[in-house]
Amino acid sequence: MTLATKTSSPTAVRFDPYWKSIMECAAVEVFELMAGLRLELVATPGGEAQGEQTAMVGMAGALRGMITVRCSRSAAGKLASLMLGQDGATNPAMTRDALGEICNMIAGNFKAKVSNLADHCMLSVPTVITGEDYAMDTASPHDSVTLALAYEGECICVSLITHS
Amino acid sequence: MKKLKVLIVDDSSVMRKIVERALRQAGLELTEVLEASNGAEALVQVQKGSLDMILSDINMPVMDGLEFLKNLSTIESARNIPVVMITTEGSEARVVEALSAGAKGYLRKPFTPEQVKERVTPLLGGSL
Repeated sequence: MTLATKTSSPTAVRFDPYWKSIMECAAVEVFELMAGLRLELVATPGGEAQGEQTAMVGMAGALRGMITVRCSRSAAGKLASLMLGQDGATNPAMTRDALGEICNMIAGNFKAKVSNLADHCMLSVPTVITGEDYAMDTASPHDSVTLALAYEGECICVSLITHS
Repeated sequence: MKKLKVLIVDDSSVMRKIVERALRQAGLELTEVLEASNGAEALVQVQKGSLDMILSDINMPVMDGLEFLKNLSTIESARNIPVVMITTEGSEARVVEALSAGAKGYLRKPFTPEQVKERVTPLLGGSL
């Protein structure tokens, strides 16, 4: 008698500093395909992400952590209008949802590019925080990588935070 | 070109708008666009009348895209409607499962209107 399992158990995938370039590739691709923007990497201002809109998507399974996209409200509005037309910029709910979708697609694109993650890492639905006055604390030990993409004189910051 | 009646199934209203916009940018003439936020709502829409195509997300609450496909196959009048699955997941297994359950194609987010055209138009065959 043969026993067949529908899904194999996930093997933990460890953080790799090389993922920064994979993250860059995943994020640049999403902004280019969904909003028609060719964004370039710049130094993160002040070393930390800034902006009033933060989208987050959690990861579970072989890799546990979170991917965030943070930018100003105006940048989020412009992105939404590029994705959805003018309605996207004028409707705050649509602006937030569009940023959440961007984050979701970056997370999906990232895990598709890392071997062993595609089939063994699940994503949460996106959550969007509005406001700047908050601090995010992650249980240790953890690793993280943040990249800043230049957009019309501002930065869109994309971060990956993983639990070791 | 024949005008098309399509059903877009996704729990994100923004994603539904993005898909509709991409279909129009791909040059498809849409006469009516129906929307559903999960598989159960989509089954209700399917019962209402003739559709030329369904585009459905895989991961959704209440009834996901794979369950929707299985239920859809039990509706006689819906068996010939081409279904294209849309997913953020890079999982090959989920895509294979969807194709085995009756999906005629899939799109992985992010996508361009050109990719939508490439994947969707061959499935419309006699509808165009």
